[in-house]
Amino acid sequence: MGNDLETAAHPEKLRRVAIDPVSRVEGHGKVTLLLDEDDRVHQVRLHIVEFRGFEKFIQGRPYWEAPVMVQRLCGICPVSHHLAASKAMDMIVGATLTPTAEKIRRLMHYGQILQSHALHFFHLCSPDLLFGFDSEMAKRNIVGIAATYPEIARQGVLLRKFGQEVIRITAGKRIHGTGSIPGGVNKNVSIEERDYLLKDIEQVVAWSRESVGIARQLFEQNLDLYNNFGRFKAHTLNMVRGDGALDLYHGGLRARDMDGKTLFDHYDYSHYWDVIFEDVKTWSYMKFPFLRSLGPETGWYRVGPLSRVTQCDFIPTLQAEQARVEFLAFNGGSATGATLGFHWARMIEMLHAAEVIQDLLHDPDLQGNDLVSKGERQERGVGVIEAPRGTLIHHYKVDENDQIVRCNLIVSTTHNNQAMNEAIRQVARQYIDGRKLTEGLLNHIEVAIRAFDPCLSCATHALGKMPLEVELLDVEGDRVDVLTRSSDGSFCS
Amino acid sequence: MKETFLLDGSTIPFEPGQTVIQAALAAGHYIPHLCYHPEFKPHGSCKLCTVKINGRTVASCTMPAEAGLQVESEIEELNALRRSLVQMLFAEGNHFCPSCEKSGNCLLQALGYDLEVHATGFRHLYPDRPLDASHPDILLDFNRCILCELCVRASSEVDGKNVFALSGRGITKHLIVNAESGKLSDTNISLTDKAMQVCPVGVILPKRVGFSVPIGERRYDQRPISAQALDDAPRQTDAGGNCAACEGTP
Repeated sequence: MGNDLETAAHPEKLRRVAIDPVSRVEGHGKVTLLLDEDDRVHQVRLHIVEFRGFEKFIQGRPYWEAPVMVQRLCGICPVSHHLAASKAMDMIVGATLTPTAEKIRRLMHYGQILQSHALHFFHLCSPDLLFGFDSEMAKRNIVGIAATYPEIARQGVLLRKFGQEVIRITAGKRIHGTGSIPGGVNKNVSIEERDYLLKDIEQVVAWSRESVGIARQLFEQNLDLYNNFGRFKAHTLNMVRGDGALDLYHGGLRARDMDGKTLFDHYDYSHYWDVIFEDVKTWSYMKFPFLRSLGPETGWYRVGPLSRVTQCDFIPTLQAEQARVEFLAFNGGSATGATLGFHWARMIEMLHAAEVIQDLLHDPDLQGNDLVSKGERQERGVGVIEAPRGTLIHHYKVDENDQIVRCNLIVSTTHNNQAMNEAIRQVARQYIDGRKLTEGLLNHIEVAIRAFDPCLSCATHALGKMPLEVELLDVEGDRVDVLTRSSDGSFCS
Repeated sequence: MKETFLLDGSTIPFEPGQTVIQAALAAGHYIPHLCYHPEFKPHGSCKLCTVKINGRTVASCTMPAEAGLQVESEIEELNALRRSLVQMLFAEGNHFCPSCEKSGNCLLQALGYDLEVHATGFRHLYPDRPLDASHPDILLDFNRCILCELCVRASSEVDGKNVFALSGRGITKHLIVNAESGKLSDTNISLTDKAMQVCPVGVILPKRVGFSVPIGERRYDQRPISAQALDDAPRQTDAGGNCAACEGTP
C-alpha cells in the first residue's frame, strides 16, 4: 500500500501533464502527473477542484430543512443525501419509523440505486468498456454507443428512466424531491402509482439481469486486462444487515482488512467517529478518511459496490444472490479484487435493486396512512446509508431552538479518495511509465477513476484555509505570474 | 344600474367605495398583486398592482374606482415592470426556493412563475439576516421578508398585539419584533394569531411543519396564482345572487 507516487522528491525538475477536467464523472476534478525527460512517472495525484461548503451554511438553519437542503449537493444521487439527512433527523425527533414510512423510503432509495447505477454503467462507462480504453475519441461517448449498440443504449436509458419514476412517485420529483421528512415520509404510494410501476418492473428485472451478463462477458473476453488493470489490495468498509445480508438502507458497519480479517462488524454507526477519522492533505479539497485502528498512513479503505458485494454474507434476493455467487467464483475469485470488478458488482446491485423494488411494490404497507412518528427529542443525529457510490455519513447537532449548530458529512467518494489515488498510480505504473503519452493512454487514468463512479461535487468538504493557486496568463496562454496560498494560510508567489 | 369602468376593454361594475383592484377581482379579472389582501386596508407598497389609468400609472389597490375610467393592466409594458419588481424583491433578500419550506405555497414564487420571471435580473445583495428561532413554536426567517407589512397589520388590527413593526428607512428598512430583547420568545404571539396566517412568503413559520405537504398538493402546484386570487376575492353578484365570473372556478 505504498504511496510512493504521491509526492515527487524534486518536482521542479519534472514535466507536468494534466488531465483537466476528468470527464464522464459527476463533478470537477483533475489529475496531474509529473514526468522526467525519459517519461518516467514520479508523481500522480487526483485533485478535486470544487469548493462547496454545505457543512458551513447549513449551520443556523432549522433541522427539518436539512433533508431538502443538503440533497442539493448532488444532481445524480440527491436521494442518498435526502435519506441520510432524514435518518439523522429521525434520531433528532426520537422517531422509530412506521412500516409504511420505512418501506417507502426503501423504495425511493432502491429506485435511486437503479437509476444511478444504470447512468454510470451505460451513459458514462460503456464507451470505454465496449469500444476500448484507447479507441477513437470522437466515438467514445454515449452517442457513439447509441449508434453502434442501439439496444444496449436504449435499455440503459429506460432503466434509468424507471428508477427516476420510482423516485418521482415517492419523493414528488425526479430530482430534489421532498418525500422524506424527519420521522417518516409525507406521502404514501397510491394503487394507481403502484400499478404504473408494476407494469414495467418485470422488464426492468430482465434488463438488469442481462446487464450483469454484459459485465461478465467483458471480463471473459479481456481476462488479463480486466483482472489486472489498476489492481491493488485495499481494506473495505460497508454496511450490512443484522444477519450479514447486503442492505443498502440500514444496518451496522463492517470493516475488513486487505487480507479479509474483520476489524469491526455490526458496528453502531451513531458512534462512527470512534472507528473512522479524517485526514487533510494540502493539495486537495477532499479529506482522506482512515480506519482509526490502522492509522492515517495505512488505514485508508475502499467503499462502494465492490466492497459491498464481496463483503456481505449474502444478497437477500434470488437472482442477485445467484449473480453474487457466480461473481465470487469467477476465475478463482479474481474479479473480486479487480478495479474493473466495480462494474460487475455494480450491475449485481442494480439487479438486486430491481428485485427489491419488485418485492416492495407487492407490499400493501406502501398504501398505509401511518406516515410519521416522533419520540423524545435528541440533540445529536447520525444517519448512514449505502449510497450508489458507497457509505454515506451525515452527522448533525441541533440546539434547543431547533437550529443546526454542527454538521459533518463523509461522502462515499471521500471514503474512496486514497483508493482512487492508489488506482491511478497503479495505472500510471502499468501503462504510462516510460512511454510516450497519447490521449488513449491518459484515458486509462480516467477509466480507473470512473470505475469508482466518483461524485466529486459531493465529496469536497474540507473547510478553512484552502490551498489555492491563481495563475496570470498572457494572451498566448503562457504563465506570467502565479500566487499560491498554502494550507497554513500563507501566500507565496 | 351599477356604475362601471373599463379594464383592458372589459366592463367592470363597482360599488361605491371599492378600489379598482377590489372591483376587478370581484368581477373575475386578475390584477397581479403582493401586499394587497382582501381582509386588510390597502397598503400600496409593493406596486405590483400598478395599472395605467388614462395614461397615468397608479396602484390599483389604493385607486378608488370611478365611472368611466379607462384602465389598462394586462399589457406588456406593465408586465415588464412587474417582472422587474419581482426580480428586485428576489435580489434584495435571500430567497432560496429549492430549500424553502414555503415553496409551492409562496406568493412571491407563484407570482414569479405567473409573470414568467426566468432570470435573476439584478445582482443579489445577500443580506445578513440571522433567524429568530427563540420561540418554542414559531420560527422567523427574516431573509425572506418583502416588507409587505401584512403581519404588522394583522398583529395590530386583528390580534391586538403589535408583535411586529418595520424599522429603518430606504434600503435598510427591515422587519423587527416589538420586544425589548427583540426576540419573538418575549412577545405574546401564538400559533392561532392572524399574523401567523398572512405572511405571503416564508418569514413567519410554525416550527416542525417543514415539508409535510407533498409536492403536487401544495397550493400553487395545480393552479397558478392568477386563478387562485379570484377564488379568494369577494365576488360581485347580480340581483338573483348569481356570479357570472365564478363560473368554472371551484
